[in-house]
Amino acid sequence: MKQLRSNQRLGTTGLICLHVAVLGAGFLAPYDPAEQNRAFTLQPPTRIRFVDGQGQFHALPFVMGVDGRARSLRFFVAGAKYRWLGGPSSRIHLFGVDEPGHIFLLGTDEFGRDQFSRMLCGGQISLLTGWLAALLALGLGLGLGLVAGFFGGWRDALIMRGAELFLALPWLYLLLAIRAFLPLSLSPWTTTLAIALLTGIIGWTRPARLVRGVVMSAKERDYVYAARGFGASSWHLIARHCLPETYGVLFTQMALLVPQFILAEVALSFLGLGIGDPAVSWGTLLAPLRQLAIVASAWWMLLPALFVAATAWCFSLLDNEGERNGAVP
Amino acid sequence: MLRGYLLRRMLHGFFLLAGISILSFVLLELAPGDFLGEAKLNPQLSPQTLLALRERYGLDQTLPQKYIQWLGSVADGSFGISFAYNLPVSQLLWPRARKTLQLTLTSLALSWLLALPLGVWSAAGRDGWLDRTVRIVTSILIALPDLVLACVLFFVAVQTGRFRSGGPALPVTILVLAALPMLVRHVRSAVLDVSSQPYVRVARSHGIAGARLWFRWLLPAAANPLCSLFGLSVAGLISSSLLVETVVGWPGLGPLFLEAIAARDFYLVIGPVILSATFLIAGVLVGDLLLYAVDPRIRIRQ
Repeated sequence: MKQLRSNQRLGTTGLICLHVAVLGAGFLAPYDPAEQNRAFTLQPPTRIRFVDGQGQFHALPFVMGVDGRARSLRFFVAGAKYRWLGGPSSRIHLFGVDEPGHIFLLGTDEFGRDQFSRMLCGGQISLLTGWLAALLALGLGLGLGLVAGFFGGWRDALIMRGAELFLALPWLYLLLAIRAFLPLSLSPWTTTLAIALLTGIIGWTRPARLVRGVVMSAKERDYVYAARGFGASSWHLIARHCLPETYGVLFTQMALLVPQFILAEVALSFLGLGIGDPAVSWGTLLAPLRQLAIVASAWWMLLPALFVAATAWCFSLLDNEGERNGAVP
Repeated sequence: MLRGYLLRRMLHGFFLLAGISILSFVLLELAPGDFLGEAKLNPQLSPQTLLALRERYGLDQTLPQKYIQWLGSVADGSFGISFAYNLPVSQLLWPRARKTLQLTLTSLALSWLLALPLGVWSAAGRDGWLDRTVRIVTSILIALPDLVLACVLFFVAVQTGRFRSGGPALPVTILVLAALPMLVRHVRSAVLDVSSQPYVRVARSHGIAGARLWFRWLLPAAANPLCSLFGLSVAGLISSSLLVETVVGWPGLGPLFLEAIAARDFYLVIGPVILSATFLIAGVLVGDLLLYAVDPRIRIRQ
């Protein structure tokens, strides 16, 4: 393994932080993502202050409550109940302020829900779909690519014609066309799985083509011929000699496919065909941006979009194909 | 020779379209529920009326029957009937398709017109200020999801009051920015690939330089990989266009398609799917023709 480039290190660090934050969403988020505060709809991000009205400096930051009184930020406070990764439940949150003060780091949406909490919790569904779909697409692509590349003949022809069929549709139209055959409203959990399944199924073509290419050259090597001559079975040749050569391709494809599939979920939910309320994903967070009134008046509703962009950017740093493709000689 | 090549490519495209249409029919047939799903819940409609409606819309037929009937309607140009609008699909589809084509073709032309000089310049003055700027800007833009780009630019347009609702300037800008970085990057690397070839060094050592070297020897060879990129860029633009249309409210194919999916309007779902595939296949075909024009090897192989 070569030394990681500094770009890749930056991307990896960013992604690790992101995944830790999203996995620990319940603890890091001050509020329950579904909790509505009808008194605080479409509030801009709460200002965190260090200096009060008298010009006095406070070591502990504070926020101004609606009653005009300062409330300082407190750590490890009890709040809404949540579960650690679906397991043990807890009430302790990393930070919060006493009622009736509120802390909305990214503002609130049109129902008065805390956008920061929603963004962290929404990441759970979005990242899960991305990874599940990528694993599925890679698994399918690997299997079909191995078969097509190793056996050739009619199997190869069949699989590659199938791939062409999938590539002849623009990806979003393909995704929506397949989405159209599922019921429109499903439980959030089923929808998550369904979206992962859909995106995984339509994404197999590229990895399959690449794996096929690698396998086709791998099976022509002398030692493979020798092994065949000694009576090795096809299964042994594939598993022992062809499969290991595909790991590089699989890793680069992973770095490409995960963000692509996260974005597929975001696009679906944004268009109203993915995760719906009250479940939350990054796509549902962007969905209010379809309303002109919100875009015109609530700039903080745009912040989750930038967060999604940052995630995609971190993934793009992992992929050194991009560098080969223009940036570095 | 060209005719044979063209004919073969078109036949290929035609088979792809047939495959896609069969696939979409099978998928949609598997879908639970149909257009009359909601009507069934309405107590004012008697079972007899429902049956009559089913028959009228042809929902009681088997899959092959439906498909053959649809093929017939394609032949007479109506592309089936929309249940929700009670109109031939083509009447709904064409005005929307024209709007989408306006966007995508303008953006396609603009992004290639910008990408070619930018990429070539950037490769020619390698590691110069232009090249470095181009590299940094493209690497940022390339990771930026289309949807985010659309939302951010729409926001900026609304906030600065520059947004003229219904005008094509904003969606075209978004689409060009979405397509451009990938194109510039490929143009640059294609030119760099060619300029490191031994024959270019030989040409230089023979005193061939400047415009003659570029236009006679470098660019024609670099054009080869870019021709196949042309079809891909069409595919990307059609997908981005769906998102952009929804964000800025452009009455193209995208919104109609979404509406049809939500209403389970069977033939109105099939229409845009087939149409988008046709656009893509046409794009690839144009790319193939360009390849035929610039690459003598293709001509000889015939």
